[in-house]
Amino acid sequence: MIIQKPGIAGTLESSDAQVTVEPGDGKIEFELESAVINQYGLQIRKITYDTLKRLGIDNVKIKIVDKGALDCTLKARIEGAVYRSCNQYNDLPWGGAIQ
Amino acid sequence: MKNPNMKRLRRTMMFLNAQKPGLIKDPYIYKPDSIMLDLEDAVAENQKDAARFSLYHALKEIDYHGVERVIRINGLDTPYWQEDIRCAVAGGCDAIRIPKTESALDIHLVEEKVLAAEKEFGRPEGSTLLMAAIESARGVMKALDICDASERLFGIALSGGDYTKDLQTHITGTGIELMGARQNLIIAARAAGKQCFDKVYTNLNDTEGFRKDVETIHLMGFDGKSIINPRQIRIVHEIFTPSQKDIAFSEKVVKEIDSKKAQGIGVFTVDGKMIDIAFYDGAKRTIELAKASGVYKGEL
Repeated sequence: MIIQKPGIAGTLESSDAQVTVEPGDGKIEFELESAVINQYGLQIRKITYDTLKRLGIDNVKIKIVDKGALDCTLKARIEGAVYRSCNQYNDLPWGGAIQ
Repeated sequence: MKNPNMKRLRRTMMFLNAQKPGLIKDPYIYKPDSIMLDLEDAVAENQKDAARFSLYHALKEIDYHGVERVIRINGLDTPYWQEDIRCAVAGGCDAIRIPKTESALDIHLVEEKVLAAEKEFGRPEGSTLLMAAIESARGVMKALDICDASERLFGIALSGGDYTKDLQTHITGTGIELMGARQNLIIAARAAGKQCFDKVYTNLNDTEGFRKDVETIHLMGFDGKSIINPRQIRIVHEIFTPSQKDIAFSEKVVKEIDSKKAQGIGVFTVDGKMIDIAFYDGAKRTIELAKASGVYKGEL
């Protein structure tokens, strides 16, 4: 997939995360804000890269503001932002690229 | 093959906004019988897509400890419901709640899409159950057709807000405005062998009013109630779970009828009450409900 325009998903409520994606400069640029960055920063980074890989994205600026989100929420917000940036809302690949 | 969950215990069906991670991550700790993860009214129009991602991953990754996971999809008059079904079935939900149901055709349309999604995502055919929310005067009048429309359909539920609007009245707290619909729905459900659920009670601070409301629908024969807050669970379960006195009496009735039948005796007394075969099914139901509620210690 190709990030076509900025996309944002999620909120700043507790247990959630707000994810913003923008077209990149030829690579993945990852930025993270989290109160638990020391304990979970690496794990959040891994989930982000794994999710982007499944979606076939290697060119994106991605910013995550984490408010204590579970792994499943992080994935949901990353995918939400990506599919919004691509204007795709139907016939999504549940169980394929989304898993 | 009939889905074994058709008749499971559903005293409390708790609505949760599928878009809110804080709500859907651990509702099983409150022990409702079912949760209803909502893609419809609770989710803003511009968040329908995000709610689906949240729902899908919750279904796939959160262990709800046996609590039934029902998904309320968007109405058939919206552009969302078909993708809602794909998402819910792919995630492996237990059931789908159809809002604003007015005819058997509504059930057939959803059933067709559910079957297609089961095939697309490799789910066992027939594994996704359906329930229908009745929210209009027309829906109430068509309740029996709706109940009979599908083998997947385990029950119908009254949705009070839209129904009273359609009736040109409002929720009064007395239940008068709901009498006809409640009566019609429970009769239709029983005629079709399906379950029947009551509407939500939105005034969380009026515990006495809530208790009276639950007692009323329990006496009317409903199987359970839609709820909006964990605080309501205990009261509903208390009212819908048979008392030890009822269980003991029902146990005696079942045992006595079984033994007297063999002796050719049709009418006899249990604890001073005249009993005949007509009591048998009711007593058996009480025992089954006690078993499902986890309060039966006997050997029947």
